[in-house]
Amino acid sequence: MLGLGKKDFTLLLIVAVMTLLAPLLLNPFPESSGLAQFNAGYPDLMQRFVIFGIFAIGFNILFGLTGYLSFGHAAFLGVGSYGAMWMMKLVSLNVIPAIIMAIIVAGIFSLAVGYISLRRSGIYFSILTLAFAQMSYALAYSVLTPLTGGETGLQIKSSDTPLFSNVADGDIGRANLFGMDMRASHEVAMGDWLFTFNAGYYIAGVVMLIAFYLSIRIFRSPFGTMLRAVKSNQTRMYYTGLNARPYTLAAFVISGMYAGLAGGLLVAMDTQVGPERMFWTASGEVVLMTILGGAGTLIGPVLGSGAIKYMENILSKINKDILHEWFAFLPAGLDDFIVAIVYPFVGKGWHLTLGLIFMGVVIFLPGGLVQGGQKIGGLFRRKKASDNDSDKSTQSTPAE
Amino acid sequence: MEAIILQILNGLDKGSAYALIALGLTLIFGTLGVVNFAHGALFMIGAFCAVTLSRILTASYTVIDESQTDFLGNPLKVDMPYVHDWFGQATGDAIIDWAVPLSILFAIPVMMLIGVIMERGLIKHFYNRPHADQILVTFGLAIVLQEVIKYYYGANPIPTPAPEAFDGSFDFGAMLGFDPNMIIYPYWRIIYFVFAAIIIGGVFAFLQFTTFGMVVRAGMADRDTVKLLGINIDRRFTIMFGLAAAVAGLAGVMYTPINSPNYHMGMDFLVLSFVVVVVGGMGSLPGAVLAGFLLGILESFASMGAVLEILPGLNQIIIYLVAIIILLTRPRGLMGRKGVMED
Repeated sequence: MLGLGKKDFTLLLIVAVMTLLAPLLLNPFPESSGLAQFNAGYPDLMQRFVIFGIFAIGFNILFGLTGYLSFGHAAFLGVGSYGAMWMMKLVSLNVIPAIIMAIIVAGIFSLAVGYISLRRSGIYFSILTLAFAQMSYALAYSVLTPLTGGETGLQIKSSDTPLFSNVADGDIGRANLFGMDMRASHEVAMGDWLFTFNAGYYIAGVVMLIAFYLSIRIFRSPFGTMLRAVKSNQTRMYYTGLNARPYTLAAFVISGMYAGLAGGLLVAMDTQVGPERMFWTASGEVVLMTILGGAGTLIGPVLGSGAIKYMENILSKINKDILHEWFAFLPAGLDDFIVAIVYPFVGKGWHLTLGLIFMGVVIFLPGGLVQGGQKIGGLFRRKKASDNDSDKSTQSTPAE
Repeated sequence: MEAIILQILNGLDKGSAYALIALGLTLIFGTLGVVNFAHGALFMIGAFCAVTLSRILTASYTVIDESQTDFLGNPLKVDMPYVHDWFGQATGDAIIDWAVPLSILFAIPVMMLIGVIMERGLIKHFYNRPHADQILVTFGLAIVLQEVIKYYYGANPIPTPAPEAFDGSFDFGAMLGFDPNMIIYPYWRIIYFVFAAIIIGGVFAFLQFTTFGMVVRAGMADRDTVKLLGINIDRRFTIMFGLAAAVAGLAGVMYTPINSPNYHMGMDFLVLSFVVVVVGGMGSLPGAVLAGFLLGILESFASMGAVLEILPGLNQIIIYLVAIIILLTRPRGLMGRKGVMED
């Protein structure tokens, strides 16, 4: 269906259902319980899940398929954000032209960067992309201040009068979709549970589903196969009479456009942008997401971005008092000891946990969480050998 | 003329730091073929060795000094550093004052140990994996090291001053016959430059004139043959990794008075040092040193007022710009050997 194989369609369907029901699924704990802080079903975080999911899906098209490790992808996200921001400031507060603008700007920028960077491969490619991203960051921070707002970044101000949107004098315009405010939320209280259905989240979610669908199509297309050929043996590709450069460049631009789309959506959800969005740690983050989930797999990047954003927002909220509450059942003295051990890994130290998990994944599970899931699944499957239908279709084995 | 000399001098200390880190990176890449993204973290740990030592030296207990009183007339509480008890007042103060130079002695064994543990415990398992995996695992390690330091030392920069003797500035202008006070240069930066030059010279001499260095160079050229000759090259390479870690650590120790150490200083330097290594040529030690100083000086020239008037923001991007041009026109870098990592 939709031009997909049965397995892919099932995967897409599962992702679609999960995305649509996320406000319910991510809020499993009642409001009054102590575990309510683990609820991730609030609009801001859910939007981040799907937007960074898009970013990672796009990065995966480049890294997962061709093996080119770009360390400067955040630049495209940032450029897209600035493009969308200006579109909103000048033309219309409707998010659709802003997002389209973001994709176009990021696409053009990634075409320029890719054209130059792809002359080299391996570590040189990583350094070149890193250099371009750091240059964009430095310029956005300093010289291009009239265009980027410098350190403070850009926001929509009351003085902005977009051409096609009516903003009353003195009002600050809000991003909308044909009049529907991005921040509009519908809250449903069911007993002790409170579910928030947010307009912005659903728009971003639908966009992510489209992006996910496109990425499945790319993975399964002859073009995708060609990109895998680039990864496995470029020399052999040359000898068969094919030039790898156009394919890698196309992959680079596509993933740059995905990054721009993510940047545009970020602006659509929260109308502001600053240069730190382009800093190289932001590029490192998308690398972390993709590897953590599983590079070269379809669902991996989405899982990875979800895991990292969840940790960033939830794990970082745990402080000493909460830990003491949890371990209060232990004998006195022992609970202090446990808290002292656990504390460095949560709260402000969540990056430490992230770093350790990431190292563990790179060392033991080069295929990321997806590979881990498959290994666990494999353990169960071995018991019933009659079920020989190996579930490989969700993963495209990286061609090595 | 004065301005040019001043900019060259200003470029030297940053260039020294770049050169030292790039030297270590190149040593690791040349011997083990590993791209070490955690090298910046080693630089940072070196800087925190200095912080740690100065904290150990100033460790003190509180005594009540009857001879002095505060404004309420109560006897004053005075912190007595333990070193005062052991070495007496004057020597004790001198030791505390010279904490940063003393940290060199402290940092060398610590950094060697960290380097060897890192190589044996982690990097060893990544020799046969692709460069991308090496980058990723060392990147993860850098995050972990950084966070550990952040947990113990906090997120704020910790000022660690140089000994008082080096407080002032040296008037180069007067020495060279220009007007006094035109070209002044802090003493500590001169020390840093001289120190870097000694370390770099030492590493080169070690590789060039000792048997150990000869074997290592042979191993860099052809690892398998050296192995076939019955030499345990792996152990020597491990020691070289420790040495590279120590070089990065010392660069960090001596840099603390110039820039107060904080937990992310390593990452800030790492990105630039990689660019330096690439410009100098992957695997070329003289290239790394040359490119380090060259880019340090270029950067300080680009931040001259006259240059910024013509090309605003140039100081921010000059290093990356140079790197891009070099990579596209001469991919093996300034002094890279032909055929080494040229694709």
